Amino acid sequence: MKLRANLVIGGALFALAILVGLLAPWLAHTDPVMDANLLNAEEPPSWTWWFGTDGQGRDIYSRVVYGARISLTVGIVSQLINSVIGVGLGLSAGYFGGWWDDVVNALTNLMLAIPSLIFALAIMAVLGPGLTSLLIALGLTNWSFTCRLARASALSLRNQGYVQAATVLGYGDLRIMITQLLPNMLGPIVVIGTLGMGSAVLSEAALSFLGLGVRPPFPSWGSMLSEARDQITTAPWLSVFPGLAIFLTVLGLNLLGDGLRDILDPQSRSRRT
Amino acid sequence: MTGAPLIEVEDLRIDLDDGSRRVAAAEGISFRIDRGETFGLVGESGCGKSITALALIGLLRSPLSIGGGAIRFEGREIQNLSAARQRQLRGNRIAMIFQEPMTALNPVSPVGRQIAEMFVLHKGKSWREANQLAVESLASVRVPAPERRVKDYPHQLSGGMRQRVMIAIALACGPDLLIADEPTTALDVTVQAEIIELMRNLCAERGTAILMISHDLGLVANVCRRVAVMYAGRIVEERSSADIFRAPSHPYTQGLVDSLPRLGSRAALGRSRLKEIAGVVPAITNFPDGCRFNPRCAQATDICRTAAPKTDLLEAGGLVRCHHHA
Ligand SMILES: Nc1ncnc2c1ncn2[C@@H]1O[C@H](COP(=O)(O)OP(=O)(O)O)[C@@H](O)[C@H]1O
Ligand code: SF4
Ligand SMILES: [Mg+2]
Repeated sequence: MKLRANLVIGGALFALAILVGLLAPWLAHTDPVMDANLLNAEEPPSWTWWFGTDGQGRDIYSRVVYGARISLTVGIVSQLINSVIGVGLGLSAGYFGGWWDDVVNALTNLMLAIPSLIFALAIMAVLGPGLTSLLIALGLTNWSFTCRLARASALSLRNQGYVQAATVLGYGDLRIMITQLLPNMLGPIVVIGTLGMGSAVLSEAALSFLGLGVRPPFPSWGSMLSEARDQITTAPWLSVFPGLAIFLTVLGLNLLGDGLRDILDPQSRSRRT
Repeated sequence: MTGAPLIEVEDLRIDLDDGSRRVAAAEGISFRIDRGETFGLVGESGCGKSITALALIGLLRSPLSIGGGAIRFEGREIQNLSAARQRQLRGNRIAMIFQEPMTALNPVSPVGRQIAEMFVLHKGKSWREANQLAVESLASVRVPAPERRVKDYPHQLSGGMRQRVMIAIALACGPDLLIADEPTTALDVTVQAEIIELMRNLCAERGTAILMISHDLGLVANVCRRVAVMYAGRIVEERSSADIFRAPSHPYTQGLVDSLPRLGSRAALGRSRLKEIAGVVPAITNFPDGCRFNPRCAQATDICRTAAPKTDLLEAGGLVRCHHHA
């Protein structure tokens, strides 16, 4: 199998982001919240301050490094919630059909009709800002594509010989869904999940930028952008570096999703031995 | 143990609901299979063999349903059991293998795991034990190097090997009845013979009864002690395999026997065409009045076109449904 460039570059960018988040305490030069020092306020990037400092003299490099933790946690956890909801609803709807399918379809159409960010915004408005609210808001609003995909896959898979064979062998519905249907639709679900993670990172940035995300002293890339917007002309490095971090992470996730789509494609899978 | 047969079907009727009305896709189906016995169901494609098998294992789905009659397993009626109780029978006491070994296995799961799942599901074994038992199962269907083969995925196996795996899965829980619906139709001839031999030997060793379903009378008679011939949703003749060749009674059965290549015959040597039964099986919604075989029957008379024949007992043993049977 040929290694594809999108898979390698995307995987490397995503792995780098995760590594930075995991190793933040060792990579950071200063404490991202506590080490404010007005004597160093608004220093441009230099050998001492790699990414410059902000108005309170905090090291932007250290804040970007720690920011990876929050941004990635939100991206990964909220997408996992979406995947579980989407697969659970779509798989069961496609498998059982009937009134349950109608209910799930109506729900999915509703979710598709309302832009997910607006929906998340409404949930945040009710729950108030903070990390948990973010996870809930983003985790509940972006499962419709996964759901559609899982439903369509279940619809076609349930007529496969091995699904009927499992019924004949006495498998129950749950066992059929978990052992026969789920593994056979996992490839495309993972692809959608990877792409969804990218958009969750972006949504986190957007919500935090609007002041609804993680609360200020703690750095997420979105909240850093939000704080930096007044100084965009005087101290552009305050926006550039967190912006670059978002860009590279989302780019990486999208490339990774594309690359996975290529190798997980069911046709190329069956050709492989 | 009582004298009840292993499975007994009595006057079974299968309805097809085509939206506006119900028609009988099969009716008056009666037969019994004793413990360890081999019984065959033969007939051209579309005459109702597979739906009869599905009725036995409780898997008729809309638009098909059981419209009447009884199915008794070890003397107990099973057609009205709860879904959960029926599931406990399926795969455990009554197992089934299909025509398509290419698609009957889950492509993303190693074959050993698919065998082991049966022990976990029906026998409450731990995965550890079940995996061990899966290796033994694979060995019992004569798959070489079973401890390595359990890790293989279906696409790594040939058609014949896959059908062996299917047999291993079906026989894993030691069922009392194995239903084989056209089990070798998709395989090439040499592999066919091997698979049939294997199935027959394993079932004989374990005392498992076989219900063998096929369009091929030769194949079924070779495996089974008794054979029922089905035509257009009805059983038209039931005989011992030996009798059915020697003295077929129903004109349809005679046609089936005549269409078989005989060893040493001109047809088997390719020098003359096999006699075929002219015409096709009528559609369910379009069964003719009287005897359903009458449009294709050379011996048909007026009564055949108006009155459905009843089942007669033959002196030599067996049943036949024809006004003018031999
Ligand atoms: N799900 C179904 N819906 C409608 N008709 C069906 C269905 N399954 C089978 N039939 C019809 O029932 C008849 C018997 O089918 P089947 O039992 O599969 O025949 P065979 O003897 O070839 O196994 C056929 O005419 C077939 O068209
Ligand atoms: S009843 Fe009449 S039509 Fe039917 S098989 Fe017998 S002879 Fe032929
Ligand atoms: Mg059939």
